[in-house]
Amino acid sequence: MKIGWLTLTLLLPLVGALVTMAVPKAKALLSKQVALGFSLLTLALTAVIAVGYHQNGAADYEENHTWIEAFGAHYALGLDGVGIVLVVLTALLTPIVLLASWNDAKSGRWSEKSFFAWILALEALSIGVFAATDVFLFYVLFEATLIPMYFLIGGFGGAQRSYAAVKFLLYSLLGGLLMLASVVGLYVISAKNGDPSYLLADLVKLDLSQNTERWLFLGFFFAFAVKAPMVPFHTWLPDAAAEATPGTSVLLVGILDKIGTFGMIRFCLGLFPNASEWATPVVLVLALISVLYGALLAIGQTDIKRLIAYTSISHFGFIVMGIFALTSQGLTGSTLYMFNHGLSTAALFLVAGYLISRRGSARIADYGGVEKVAPVLAGTFLFAGLSSLSLPGLSPFISEFMVLAGTFSRHKVIAVIAVVGIVLAALYILIMYQRLMTGPVRDGIEKLKDLNFREVFAIAPLLVLIVGLGVYPKPVVDIIKPAVESTMQRVGVTDPAPQVPVTEGHK
Amino acid sequence: MSAVLMTQVLPLADFVAPKIEYNELAPLLVVFGAACVGVLAEAFLPRQLRHVAQVALALVGLVVAAVLTVLLMVDDKKLIAAQGAISVDGPALFTWITLLTLTVISVLLFAERSVDGGLSAFAGQAAAVPGSEAEREGTAAKVEHTEVFPLTLFAVGGMMLFASANDLLIMFVALEVFSLPLYLLCGLARRRRLISQEAAMKYFLLGAFASAFLLYGIALLYGYAGTMSLGGISDALATKTSGDAMLLAGTGLIAVGLLFKVGAVPFHSWTPDVYQGAPTPVTGFMAACTKIAAFIGLMRVFYVALGGSRWDWAPMMWIVAILTMVVGSIVALTQTDVKRMLAYSSIAHAGFLLTAFVGLSQAGSGVTNGITSTQAVLFYLVCYAFPTIGAFALVTLVRDAGGEATHLSRWAGLGKKSPLLAGIFAFFLLGFAGIPLTAGFTGKWAVFTAAWTGGAWPLVVVAVLCSLVAAFFYVRVIVLMFFSDLPADAPDVALPGWQTTTAVALGLAATVVLGVVPGPVLALASRAGEFIR
Repeated sequence: MKIGWLTLTLLLPLVGALVTMAVPKAKALLSKQVALGFSLLTLALTAVIAVGYHQNGAADYEENHTWIEAFGAHYALGLDGVGIVLVVLTALLTPIVLLASWNDAKSGRWSEKSFFAWILALEALSIGVFAATDVFLFYVLFEATLIPMYFLIGGFGGAQRSYAAVKFLLYSLLGGLLMLASVVGLYVISAKNGDPSYLLADLVKLDLSQNTERWLFLGFFFAFAVKAPMVPFHTWLPDAAAEATPGTSVLLVGILDKIGTFGMIRFCLGLFPNASEWATPVVLVLALISVLYGALLAIGQTDIKRLIAYTSISHFGFIVMGIFALTSQGLTGSTLYMFNHGLSTAALFLVAGYLISRRGSARIADYGGVEKVAPVLAGTFLFAGLSSLSLPGLSPFISEFMVLAGTFSRHKVIAVIAVVGIVLAALYILIMYQRLMTGPVRDGIEKLKDLNFREVFAIAPLLVLIVGLGVYPKPVVDIIKPAVESTMQRVGVTDPAPQVPVTEGHK
Repeated sequence: MSAVLMTQVLPLADFVAPKIEYNELAPLLVVFGAACVGVLAEAFLPRQLRHVAQVALALVGLVVAAVLTVLLMVDDKKLIAAQGAISVDGPALFTWITLLTLTVISVLLFAERSVDGGLSAFAGQAAAVPGSEAEREGTAAKVEHTEVFPLTLFAVGGMMLFASANDLLIMFVALEVFSLPLYLLCGLARRRRLISQEAAMKYFLLGAFASAFLLYGIALLYGYAGTMSLGGISDALATKTSGDAMLLAGTGLIAVGLLFKVGAVPFHSWTPDVYQGAPTPVTGFMAACTKIAAFIGLMRVFYVALGGSRWDWAPMMWIVAILTMVVGSIVALTQTDVKRMLAYSSIAHAGFLLTAFVGLSQAGSGVTNGITSTQAVLFYLVCYAFPTIGAFALVTLVRDAGGEATHLSRWAGLGKKSPLLAGIFAFFLLGFAGIPLTAGFTGKWAVFTAAWTGGAWPLVVVAVLCSLVAAFFYVRVIVLMFFSDLPADAPDVALPGWQTTTAVALGLAATVVLGVVPGPVLALASRAGEFIR
């Protein structure tokens, strides 16, 4: 049997996790180097796949083996434009997080190597989630990602880590189990129509009655809304992100939460197009509330990591809005947003983590005047912050603009109100920067060390990408476009025609 | 008609010896035979030989019976044997082989002597007053009750018979054959004997009540149908138009008796006390094997005999299933003893099983290629039973001066003391919670699917919500083991003998294999097909 490319990408970090665990405890440094090596290999492999995908399309990467015949479950992997973007994001963020968190696991409950091994395991499962083309496989991996994340939060976080870990797990399980009910329902319908199969390709052919489709949609959507997270199911995220190490928070917000929005595109829109259209008004309002409420709460936070967590809730509101606006611009923007948000939030969390580890406190009030003693740190923080508030010229701006423009063409009022979110974003980032970095140097800050080489090296790729994609996003957009078009086709919507037609003269 | 026949005196020439299918019944006969030989061995062998001899005899008997069962399965036997008393069909054979395998593991655990200073988990002299001089002398002389092995054989023989009984009377006899040895086994703990004896007493009294209900129900059904055989009752249901009161009352009373054994709410109250008091290996045996036998018995009676009146009893079972899931998972939240927690968890699992039972998804009932209820239940029972025995085996290892340290607070920080034990236990708990890639998940998936296929989707929704509550109390234990600090007077972790190691390893293997590649066992369960009549 030939081992497929995607299987290899999935296995590599998994093997890496085992190898890392096998290194003797005394050689902590070696275990970390091994983990980093495996994550870099995975990144290289993913890069090869991305290039191949760009040139030859998805067909080379499809794998399909029967897994559990009685369940109609397959071990089936494949890529589309949305999937490849997120696989690349996962493979990119993992080595960065490993390098940036080099010493963060020292104060953990368990050995440092287990921290690194759990991260690799999480990488493997996440790649599987984004590549799965079988609903059963997706569900299994979706739930399985909870285990490494649970131990990462609970084992290596702050004082309230156990509480935060359990809260995270229970919220996610609540969503996951309701989705399980829908997954079971899909099987039953599939079995009634012939041989049961969980392959996406087979499921899209199912003829669902209106009520069934809506109920099944709700099961899936609820799970993804908890995961994303959307108001009012968001309260687990600030707790988890504040208690976890910065690296864990990056993986949580940057990758794991994307499963929610990714699932909305691939499963909610893909499997239940009519129900998705039916739910649009409610979902858009919830997304709008997420945008504004997340931003308002972010402004009021006194804890740096909680603040960043709330900004993410606001950003996820934008992503969901773009998805359910059901325009090609909105969908493309959302997918791009997922990638860019991963970059900018990772940068913000990691720099904030550098800062917090120096002072030993996450309270904003404990800081002041950092830019005078640690200019490089303050500078990168400002850069990451500006990208998070979507400054034009940096990559998140383009995606946010596309989301708003795409939403505006169909839902004007919602888009207009959502624009307020951009203003609020400027407030929460700049106020935080002002309190932390400017003003007189506070006690305990005087001897703050500036970033060292490892720390700069770890986040440099993020900053380069943020600028690069801010100026020239075309390569990523080109990859996303076809997937968005096929999703639009599946839902059966076309972009609303512009009210002012483009005339010959304006072209 | 039969009543008329009985009053006539039969001439000798008309007497026909009952036809017994010895080949097909061989597994049962071997187990019961080994049990009888065990009783004799107990009487005639010198004391120092008994332990070895009894363990060997029990294992040989069980393995031979298992081999014979496998041969029957290969032949795909399906017939009603012993003049309509026993049905040897697919589900019965599947249950037999599962029960026999689990009992082999249990016997190994019963024989384990290395975790408690060279003594088994059973009292030296059950008759000695707890705390008395006689008890101390017996312990010093390492006296043992080796009767536990024949008792176990009788119990498992009874369970096998119960799961294959095609006649309500045989079913009742089988119920008593497996219950009586269990009552005794429950009271034989070496440590905390008063709790153990209390458990045995409670189990006996409540079990006797339940048997009485069952018997009364059987009498009423006989009154309705004029026959005890399951097929006969089914025929009566199809043809008779009168006597509904007796049918309904009989159905209800039989349900009480069977649901008691299953451990379903509101007939569950014995479970936590008995699970806590019984010697832990016996608890494992009961939790796994009794549940299997009782469930298959329940399904056989309600599917084969009372399938025609399903619209009468299905609403009742819906309520029982919901109550069982809700009460089992919510009350488990408040438990502070690991054995009681596992007891409530077993109640919740009974609830999940009941969803498939109520779903009534049967081959040919509008389902083309889906999973049937019988297949789902058989599969779930396997997925649940092996980890359960493994989990209880682990419980025997965490000990302090007073024996097993079962209070949950004593398990705090266990992950530091023994990462391996805590890790495996955590894995079992994740399995019970139904996290994917464990047997618990595939099992849950199968029963939920069967329930939904039969139209019981509201039950599935209740079940997933209860799964969440259940996950909380399982995770609580994981938090306790891994995220709490080790207290100064933490209990020791005993070094297991090969017997306990085997039990744990098999539980672990089952959890992983059935979670990742459940195909073969599912296929086997599917091959078992439906109950025959």
